[in-house]
Amino acid sequence: MSDEIAAEAADDVAEAAAIATLRYDAIVADSNGDVILHATSDTYLDTITAAHADGFDQLIDLTAVDYLTYAGKRSLPEGIEAGRFELVTALINHQRRERIRIRVQLDGDEPTIATAFDLYPGAEYLEREVYDMFGIVFSDHPDMSRVLMPENWVGHPLRKDYAVGSIPVQFKAASNQR
Amino acid sequence: MTLTDPEHLEQSEAGGLGDNIDGAERVKRRGSDSAVLRLSEAECAEIGNDPNTDADDERVLLNMGPSHPSTHGVLRLMLEMEGETVLRSKPVVGYLHTGMEKQAEQLTYLQGGTNVTRMDYASPLFTELAFSLATEKLLGIEVPERATWIRMLMCELNRMSSHLLFMATNGMDLGAVSMMIYGWREREEVLRFFEKVTGLRMNHNYIRPGGVAADMPDGWEADVEHLLALIPPRLEEYDILMTGQPIWRERLQGVGVLNADEALALSATGPILRSTGYAWDLRRDEPYLAYSAVDFDVIVGSYGDCYDRYAIRLNEIRESMRIVEQILDKMPAGDYRVQDKKVTPPPRVRIDQSMEALIHHFKIFTEGYKVPEGEAYACVESPRGELGVYLVSDGTSTPYRMHVRGPSFINVQTMPHLMQNGLIADGVAIISSVDPIMGEVDR
Repeated sequence: MSDEIAAEAADDVAEAAAIATLRYDAIVADSNGDVILHATSDTYLDTITAAHADGFDQLIDLTAVDYLTYAGKRSLPEGIEAGRFELVTALINHQRRERIRIRVQLDGDEPTIATAFDLYPGAEYLEREVYDMFGIVFSDHPDMSRVLMPENWVGHPLRKDYAVGSIPVQFKAASNQR
Repeated sequence: MTLTDPEHLEQSEAGGLGDNIDGAERVKRRGSDSAVLRLSEAECAEIGNDPNTDADDERVLLNMGPSHPSTHGVLRLMLEMEGETVLRSKPVVGYLHTGMEKQAEQLTYLQGGTNVTRMDYASPLFTELAFSLATEKLLGIEVPERATWIRMLMCELNRMSSHLLFMATNGMDLGAVSMMIYGWREREEVLRFFEKVTGLRMNHNYIRPGGVAADMPDGWEADVEHLLALIPPRLEEYDILMTGQPIWRERLQGVGVLNADEALALSATGPILRSTGYAWDLRRDEPYLAYSAVDFDVIVGSYGDCYDRYAIRLNEIRESMRIVEQILDKMPAGDYRVQDKKVTPPPRVRIDQSMEALIHHFKIFTEGYKVPEGEAYACVESPRGELGVYLVSDGTSTPYRMHVRGPSFINVQTMPHLMQNGLIADGVAIISSVDPIMGEVDR
């Protein structure tokens, strides 16, 4: 039973990938059965605009990854240069029941990319979270501010060079001679 | 910019309910005509300290929360009010932020479950499930059929307990205080079953990569049947207390209205999206586990108001019971976890017999198992909408990055749009009907 489903899923993915290559100016790849579009920071907005026009009516997720200390070998298609940060945007087409993920490589200490707000206003908080946690700036965003950390916080906690902090615990009965 | 800017006044008078702008366009507004108050703390303080405020301007900035009884924990709303009418608002979140996504990078995949289960504390099994599905996708393993069905049974019971909690808090927020006790009472019955199966009422860490932590206890069928017999008459009582009651309907109908275009544009999922009449349920539309083998209806509303969201959740409890009934009949025999010695610990008896089993047991609990490189996204329909886990593995035994798409976090964005031009008293009904769980919003 599961083999059949897997084969069917593989067919679906291949078909979706073929369609996507034609429609969007992006490199299409497959990751564990999901369709991935690799765009650059310049073509990102064009790619999501094309996807939006193509019926991808909802932005389902937007996040980022900091690949600073990645131990493994990253599998990126030819023509895509690895950057320190990767922005991952997931879109969904409810009519065709398709999902795509758009991955964009970003570099530099304060990378900048266009906001998806004008197409998908639901990106507002997600982009604020990515800014808060990774320091990726979304240009033309209506409210580029921190969302989870306090407004005056310094640093971006989910960056790999941001250390995990700890507060020493003082136990009541513990002796002070140590 | 100050609140008395003439331009600002003009724009916000032009906005609001009277205009005929397409819903998706309305939520895309950026300026002061938007429903969202985009003011920082500093700007807020500046306005407050401005001595040159126009005396005729009756706009007030009001803070509601973070510790307000109706905000379900620590949600804070910054409201721009004119009299009792809410003009613009801004949900301020982060008071419960504990860096769980950062912490996940330090924990092995086996320990990860204890972390994610604390996010959405009203429906912990769903986060565990999404995390396990994403890990299994990377591992490329398939769990035994019985494990799948146990997961489905536990998740549907969890949906019931989560919605029962909503019934309780929604009732209390709107003045039906006795409902608080009733909802809690029924939820406790479900949690009692969870305690029997997982050992804990909440934060179970029961669904783990590779299957579930333990098989169902003896006599679990009788316990589930007891629940299925107990809850339906109680739901009938809710109908008498709330659903058909004129005061209840007056309080909720036509309050906090959203249409399907707006809900889609705002990335809303779950009961909020379905209340607009948009039938989208991952259990039906992108079946995971064994949902294609059970019969159930996707409940949709038609007006997108608070009443629809209440009614959807009430009826989803009934649908979940329908699913649980079918699971009782169809529960297959077999193993409750995959017998892959690299992923799941060996059975206790094997440890005494085999050196290798002992080594595997030791390895799994000390350094954890290695997960192949790659990235994966897995999502489930939680009681609040699409709950997704995005995992990146660099081939070691801890995730390189774990991101949780929390439905509550994204649904919070709909609040300003639901509240605009409504009364502050209705704001309480709206917060309640969005049903955010702050543990998941802030993570």
